[in-house]
Amino acid sequence: MDDLKTKRKDERIRSVSPSRLVPPPDNESTVPESTVPLLRELVAHLRKNRTQLREEWARRITEAKLLTAMTREEIFAEATSVYDNYVEVLETGAVEALQAYARDLSERIIPRGVETDEVVGIVLLLRDVLARSLFAKYQADFQLLNRILDAYEPAANRIANTVAVGFVQERERIIRQQQEAIRELSTPVLQVRERLLILPIIGVIDPQRARQLTEQLLRGIRTNRARVVVIDITGVAAMDATVANHLVQTVEASRLLGATVIVTGLSPEIAQTLVTIGVDLGKMNTVGDLQGGIEEAERLLGYKVAPLNEPSQQTT
Amino acid sequence: MASETVVSINTDVDVVVARQKGRELANELGFALTDSTLIATAISELARNIVLYAKHGEIVIKNSLVADKVCIVVVARDKGPGIANIPQAMQDGFSTSGGLGLGLPGVKRLVDEFHLVSDVNSGTTVTIKKWKR
Amino acid sequence: MQVPILKQGQYLIASIQAALSDQDLVQLRDALAEKVGRLRARGVIVDVTVLDVMDSFASRTLRDLAHMTRLRGAETVIVGIQPEVAFSMVQLGLTLEGVDTALDLEEGLDYLDKKTKRSTSRG
Repeated sequence: MDDLKTKRKDERIRSVSPSRLVPPPDNESTVPESTVPLLRELVAHLRKNRTQLREEWARRITEAKLLTAMTREEIFAEATSVYDNYVEVLETGAVEALQAYARDLSERIIPRGVETDEVVGIVLLLRDVLARSLFAKYQADFQLLNRILDAYEPAANRIANTVAVGFVQERERIIRQQQEAIRELSTPVLQVRERLLILPIIGVIDPQRARQLTEQLLRGIRTNRARVVVIDITGVAAMDATVANHLVQTVEASRLLGATVIVTGLSPEIAQTLVTIGVDLGKMNTVGDLQGGIEEAERLLGYKVAPLNEPSQQTT
Repeated sequence: MASETVVSINTDVDVVVARQKGRELANELGFALTDSTLIATAISELARNIVLYAKHGEIVIKNSLVADKVCIVVVARDKGPGIANIPQAMQDGFSTSGGLGLGLPGVKRLVDEFHLVSDVNSGTTVTIKKWKR
Repeated sequence: MQVPILKQGQYLIASIQAALSDQDLVQLRDALAEKVGRLRARGVIVDVTVLDVMDSFASRTLRDLAHMTRLRGAETVIVGIQPEVAFSMVQLGLTLEGVDTALDLEEGLDYLDKKTKRSTSRG
């Protein structure tokens, strides 16, 4: 009998090792009915002993040489919030609050140079500290201990997963933001004369970049009150049907804002592509090179401003 | 917290209500202005189809969280005449001047995911999704 | 909801103040067409700055409007389409073909001045 008890206790301890994290079910934030009273009990215990357990946790963090980028005071302050949030989520199963907190925390510490392994590490340490505390309290009645752990483990695993995922996603979001900023820098919309914008497009255009270009240009038209836009595609790496469509859309959208678009740098090959996809080149204002395009633009602007003497029988 | 709004579509006034609700939810979720405009426009078109062809229907607007990515889901449902020839309805003449037929290829371009189920006997359900970038 | 229509010289200016239902748009279209005829306006400006969505119905109605006013001797200019709205429109395939557009009221008036002057000097 005793051997059986010991064996089960060993198994139980093994199964709490951090390497066996169970991924949470999607969007599950409800706590199963049967575990509610148990959770309440262990949460009460964790709250009662919060000071001591938090200190234990902070000590372990320092021992493991985690969060070296932060000062002791900062670690303690964050430890307090994380601990309280952790226990709260154990109780309510409301993961959204924890997600929000995880994102908020990540937003603060990523710029400080905290790495993913550190964040995962400290959450797992907390998990361990709390688990050990539960062992200590309930070890006399291992059946109760098992039931307590049955309640605790899925909840704790979900928390660890949530925080880790939250951190990684925040990181990805920041990287995307930076990429966006780089893209924006690499495609300036230039105002060279009053009412005239030039958009030189260089390099590869993927759908995302194409869309960003269009949005930037449209905002630029509004801000600069541009009447003519010269889009130069001399430097565009490859023009396929998708990119050509984006170009056509950009021209059409610009017109809706009252701006005329002149496309320059159109090679015979690209012209062919456009015709093949059904673009009516007769409707698109095209000029050979950028210089010619600017001159045409100035002419258009001059034409609009000066009093009209010549007959206006233009067929474009 | 997941939220869901159901707008009953019967008249052209409801079209405006539905798209405004869509815009509201998109703003709440922090979608960029361009994206929330795309969503509102898509809802407007789908709601309008319901009024024009089915007379009655509903638009369900909800948010969804999958692997921590936020998305707006819009379901446009009706028990109208249904679409007899779906491939034809989804055919895209890219240089189309706007507003012919159901405009479904256009709606598809506005969103990230587009699903169409339609039967001549039981009606039409269009489900669209847009992810927060 | 009635959209206020102002007369400025030989032009009519309709400034949309809030989201319009289909019926409101149709009413506006007809009101403008009627006024153009009665007041012999030379130009019409419809300011859609406030509209946050322009869908196929709105697009069709504005095109009808431009057509109707042209038949009555007036040019219509749509002004104030927001960048995000323009973007959505072209994605949807709505290009307002055959309808003149300008950035805002000021540009719209400028455009009408030139356009109507042109037809005067030709006439």
